[in-house]
Amino acid sequence: MSYLVGSGLTSYGKHEGSNTLELMSQASTLALHDAGFLRSDIDAVICGYSTTLPHLMLATLFCEHFGISSHYAHTMQMGGATGLGLVMLAKQLVASGAARRVLVVGGENRMTGQSRDSAIQVLAQVGHPVYEVPLGATIPAYYGLLASSYMQTFGSTERDFAALAVLMRHHASLHPGAQFQKPITEEEVLASRPIASPLKILDCCSVADGGCAVVVSAEPVGDYPVKISGAAQHHNAQHISAMKSLHEFGAGECTQRALQNAGRHLSDIEYIAIYDSFTITLTMLLEEIGLAPRGQAGNWAREGRFSKDAATPLNLHGGLLSYGHCGVAGAMAHLAEAHLQMTGRSGERQARRSGVSLLHADGGVLSSHVSLVLESL
Amino acid sequence: MSVNDWTQGGDHLHYQHCGSCANRWYFKRNFCPTCGQATPSTHVSSGVGKVCASTMVHRAPSDEFRAIVPYRIVLVDLVDGIRVMGHADNDVLMGDQVRCEVRAIAGRNLPFFVKDTHVS
Repeated sequence: MSYLVGSGLTSYGKHEGSNTLELMSQASTLALHDAGFLRSDIDAVICGYSTTLPHLMLATLFCEHFGISSHYAHTMQMGGATGLGLVMLAKQLVASGAARRVLVVGGENRMTGQSRDSAIQVLAQVGHPVYEVPLGATIPAYYGLLASSYMQTFGSTERDFAALAVLMRHHASLHPGAQFQKPITEEEVLASRPIASPLKILDCCSVADGGCAVVVSAEPVGDYPVKISGAAQHHNAQHISAMKSLHEFGAGECTQRALQNAGRHLSDIEYIAIYDSFTITLTMLLEEIGLAPRGQAGNWAREGRFSKDAATPLNLHGGLLSYGHCGVAGAMAHLAEAHLQMTGRSGERQARRSGVSLLHADGGVLSSHVSLVLESL
Repeated sequence: MSVNDWTQGGDHLHYQHCGSCANRWYFKRNFCPTCGQATPSTHVSSGVGKVCASTMVHRAPSDEFRAIVPYRIVLVDLVDGIRVMGHADNDVLMGDQVRCEVRAIAGRNLPFFVKDTHVS
């Protein structure tokens, strides 16, 4: 069995003068403290890549910097799915006996460590280097393409997408660490600057600096353990030009395998943490997983079905859309919030019930998928 | 296949075909990605198809593309059985029948789709 026993999350936004190793260190310090561990208690360190610190062996570099002598360390690269992929790996390392206490960390000064053009160009490289990227395509363009097809097939509207942006901002308004806390309206989302139609700037996640870390342990130690009861991955085509379907990406099937792994059903889930790089991403994932009917995610958000007091509260920290997105740590913030919710520490954001949580993240353009099931003890 | 495709400065779209399993694909390789057969054939595509996804890009990634914003990028399902990403006329809509021309855009040769008036 494996347990998530501590989490640490920095604020997201501008951390002027900071860098990848510093943000990873801040988050790790918080996570160790939350778990009640010292550096010497950790025997494995796994981390995600950083676009502002490309390095052949970032995990080892971080171990030296932070001061951990580790039996096991390496870096994972799976785009936005990396954070949850690291937790799945930590679960397996602990289950196999290869490690007992694993520090999982991501951090990056994605906002202040490079120009905005540089960030956009680096991220666009998930597209095909010969057949897609040279067209001047960007990540928002890839998702804009998917959104156009999705709207035609399932009748979702730009206003439906806007409802999800409004919800994430509302949730972030209750989190002092969120990059964007000022409430917005559907009209403001619809009137915001066009990026890649039908997506406007308020349909898109931010670029932020920040870091997040968690500790995974073979034993339910410390004050805040939760069980990692299920995990699964799915890998679709890397490029949208090569995808068999523009509506089925493997997220539903991946989630079902994670639930089976945990011995749970979707109807058991009390808290959901779903990757929201764009409002269309969140729409497609919620609907393919079966957390809303096709074409209805926006309506369901409007009706309060993903709010704090509903049956399946969603991303109560504000998600990538409003808490912020700093790369690997982006989706890990969803995880840190799930941990706080499940251990009753979310203050005014606290959901009524959050004992069984489902997390799902994707990397690339719905290319790689990871689902996790967490359960309170 | 002696004719260059657009990625090599030519005027055509190419696709590949596997004689063993009949699979067709766009991204060039020297084997079939479905069955592994090592001698796929390469063909010039008609470039004719239907728009299945469309976006107007307003935020460009670089100065070359900033000079031409907004520009339309589409995915087209070609009658040859492959899906291709290209630029398109601003008035090209979802579901339109289109035809590919290779045009100089932002200093490079790229697939560009125009409405196909030959199709009823």
